[in-house]
Amino acid sequence: MDEKNLNLTLKIWRQAGPTSVGSFQDFKVSVSEDSSILEMIDDLNNELEGDGKEPVTFESDCREGICGTCGLVINGQPHGPIPKIATCQLHMRNFKNGDTIWIEPFRAKAFPIIKDLMVDRSGFDRIMESGGYVSVNTGGVPDANEIPISKDVAAEAFDAAACIGCGACVAACKNASAMLFVSAKVSQFSLLPQGQPERYDRVQKMVMKMDEMGFGSCTNTYACEAECPKGISIKNIARMNRDYIKARATSENLEV
Amino acid sequence: MGDLKSFIPEGNISDKWTNHKFNMKLINPANKRKYKLIVVGTGLAGASAAATLGQLGYEVEAFTFHDSARRAHSIAAQGGINASKNYQNDGDSVFRLFYDTVKGGDFRSREANVHRLAEVSESIIDQCVAQGVPFARDYGGLLDNRSFGGAQVSRTFYAKGQTGQQLLLGAYSALNKEVAKGTVKLYSRKEMVDLVVIDGKARGIIVRDLETGAIEKYSAHAVIIATGGYGNVFFLSTNAMNSNATASWRAHKRGAYFGNPCFTQIHPTCLPVHGEGQSKLTLMSESLRNDGRIWVSKTKGDMRSPDQIPEEERDYYLERKYPSFGNLSPRDISSRSAKEVVDDGRGAQGQEAVYLDFKDAINRLGKHAIEEKYGNLFEIYETITGENPYKLPMKIYPAPHYTMGGLWVDYNLMSNLPGLFVLGEANFSDHGANRLGASALMQGLADGYFVIPYTIGNYLAEDKPELLPTDHEEFSKHEKEFDELVDKLMSINGKTTVDTFHKKLGRIMWNKVGMARNEKGLNEAIKEISELREEFWKDLKLVGTKDGVNQTLERAGRVVDYLELGELMAVDALDRNESCGAHFREEYQTGEGEAKRNDEDYTYVSAWEFKDLGRWELHKEDLDFEYVKLATRSYK
Repeated sequence: MDEKNLNLTLKIWRQAGPTSVGSFQDFKVSVSEDSSILEMIDDLNNELEGDGKEPVTFESDCREGICGTCGLVINGQPHGPIPKIATCQLHMRNFKNGDTIWIEPFRAKAFPIIKDLMVDRSGFDRIMESGGYVSVNTGGVPDANEIPISKDVAAEAFDAAACIGCGACVAACKNASAMLFVSAKVSQFSLLPQGQPERYDRVQKMVMKMDEMGFGSCTNTYACEAECPKGISIKNIARMNRDYIKARATSENLEV
Repeated sequence: MGDLKSFIPEGNISDKWTNHKFNMKLINPANKRKYKLIVVGTGLAGASAAATLGQLGYEVEAFTFHDSARRAHSIAAQGGINASKNYQNDGDSVFRLFYDTVKGGDFRSREANVHRLAEVSESIIDQCVAQGVPFARDYGGLLDNRSFGGAQVSRTFYAKGQTGQQLLLGAYSALNKEVAKGTVKLYSRKEMVDLVVIDGKARGIIVRDLETGAIEKYSAHAVIIATGGYGNVFFLSTNAMNSNATASWRAHKRGAYFGNPCFTQIHPTCLPVHGEGQSKLTLMSESLRNDGRIWVSKTKGDMRSPDQIPEEERDYYLERKYPSFGNLSPRDISSRSAKEVVDDGRGAQGQEAVYLDFKDAINRLGKHAIEEKYGNLFEIYETITGENPYKLPMKIYPAPHYTMGGLWVDYNLMSNLPGLFVLGEANFSDHGANRLGASALMQGLADGYFVIPYTIGNYLAEDKPELLPTDHEEFSKHEKEFDELVDKLMSINGKTTVDTFHKKLGRIMWNKVGMARNEKGLNEAIKEISELREEFWKDLKLVGTKDGVNQTLERAGRVVDYLELGELMAVDALDRNESCGAHFREEYQTGEGEAKRNDEDYTYVSAWEFKDLGRWELHKEDLDFEYVKLATRSYK
């Protein structure tokens, strides 16, 4: 195992609480190149705990890149240097012996830091609650095959629906915009026949909530798409904009 | 004779649920809002239950320890969801799905529950499509299906390798719709740490706020636990890092019986362990076994690279032993066979691993076809291992994946404690001793969308439970007991970290209560676990404070429970002097090394009542097999 170990310097963001002043703390670690970056922090934490020191707070769950819980900015990039993976899938063989690695939380006004690398992304849930669904009740629905959907449309809706809600798009954007996240959900439903009855109402509600939660505007830099671990396309943003403009042009809801 | 009553309705198996739905009492719509219900967990079972109960008009409070309801581990399920739609016209039916599930579970599940599951399976697919779940479709625009282990029809609906994600996001959207309407109040980052039981009934829960550390009390007319399985007792499993047994286990310690704790499924196709620092194991979808061939070298200690081992020196052991199901044999059988060849010293390059080889499929179908089918899985493999599976065979090995056991429930999904209902993987009811692929998602959604909404109404109408105030002295007592547990953990001041204890426990469980068990090993495990538990309470090192975020404290609380639950799993495995499904006792096997059931003495559900630390009383529920005749499973 030893010949595959890397000696690294970590600079990790430490912040005791939401209103505390944070700073980078240095750690020296030796890690197997087969480990993931989160396993490296597990090991570091186990050592810190053994020494009676406060471990680094960070979040993760499935460690398979699907739950969207983990999210670190590694050397300045959300989820690190390798495209189309989540932080938990970043393995140490992508680094070199002697490297220094900077590890920070996702930073955005709408994602306040709770502690160290843990942030509050509940703004995403509030947006989803504002309209990220088809309003059908349980029961009383037609047979599944009574709603035929062409393979291409289904595939496109799936690609939008693959978003894991990690927030890397917000962290990557200089405006901390949530347009990629919101447009992925809006697109999934605006592509599918099931989403049509609420199509224009939905897009207005979700965009309004997005603004209210403090996310910034989109200025088309495409950083979100570049950093998205699931490769969600910015085509979704264009689709959402079209729906939004159409909705606003015909909206009777003039005061908002 | 068993002493547990499951309240299975009278009548022919295909009429039971229909009749029961009619016979159950109803609550009129205006009265529903007077009932308060707690749902713990927001995975497939919890989210679908909370959404549906909210829609019916109940006042629902839903709890998740995650930051968002969408993170529940249901999201990681890959392969698919079964339903007896017979869209492929290949002879599927409700009865066949029922039959396959009872047989796959090796005759240790409750027939009536399984039949109901098969009945509602079709409505699940309809529901999910109406919500906008983007299932895979064929060129005509209708839904596509794939095959899975243990079945000879194509009944699995899927959304690429992300079916669990899409179904969970569907249930999450239904939940959000109710949150927006105000019928469901959602609490995130709050972990259930105790069940409040007063006069023998479930009356509420105690939670710890994971952000502030505050201990809070919530009361309700009924409590629903849908918090998943306990696979993380093994430390290394395919479960998510935070999946845990705490809600179930604390309810168990308050009187809820634990059913079949030794029935734990070891999934055959996971990535092998890379070293000491490994945090969890990654599943590679069972669908790979459609085209991959599993083999090891015929020679012990063969350290050659797999591409240097000629065809005639390879042992395709599944194809050799089970010619008709071959590489698609059920999970328990495939896992055990892998262990056998590794124990024989024939693991891939001396490791605890076997080869899963796509060479023949690539030669036959072309690289492009394989890429289309499994591209994302091949990428995951390469990301994690750094090896290219198009060139070299994958290395895989079995890993703890799913727990068929769980809190005991009757036909109405209510535990022996009135007012406590248990759904999804957290209950024991539908999969017997072995779960078939693509059936977990089906059960979670069946329980949440289509079973609990009916049965809970009957309980409320019949029992008329009252809502107790949270300043009731028993609530305060439960709260104080949890606070004392935290203080006790924080004051041990020893030298050993939580993870070190968890890893030690995991090693005992894997070696002695894992894929193959025997009397000697189980007795040793019981002793070693109780010793480890003592050591834990003497030597745990816990840093930080009980206020605010303290992830180490969260893990410590969970390990406290694993150290007790692990012992019960060994006790249960020791009690069950037979091999069935995933429970393989080495003493009970046929001459060919197959599981040997003992239907005479063990056709029952073990339901354990907690008496004291390390002491349980066994209750039994007799199982009747009226419609699927008891027979030895054969996949040869």
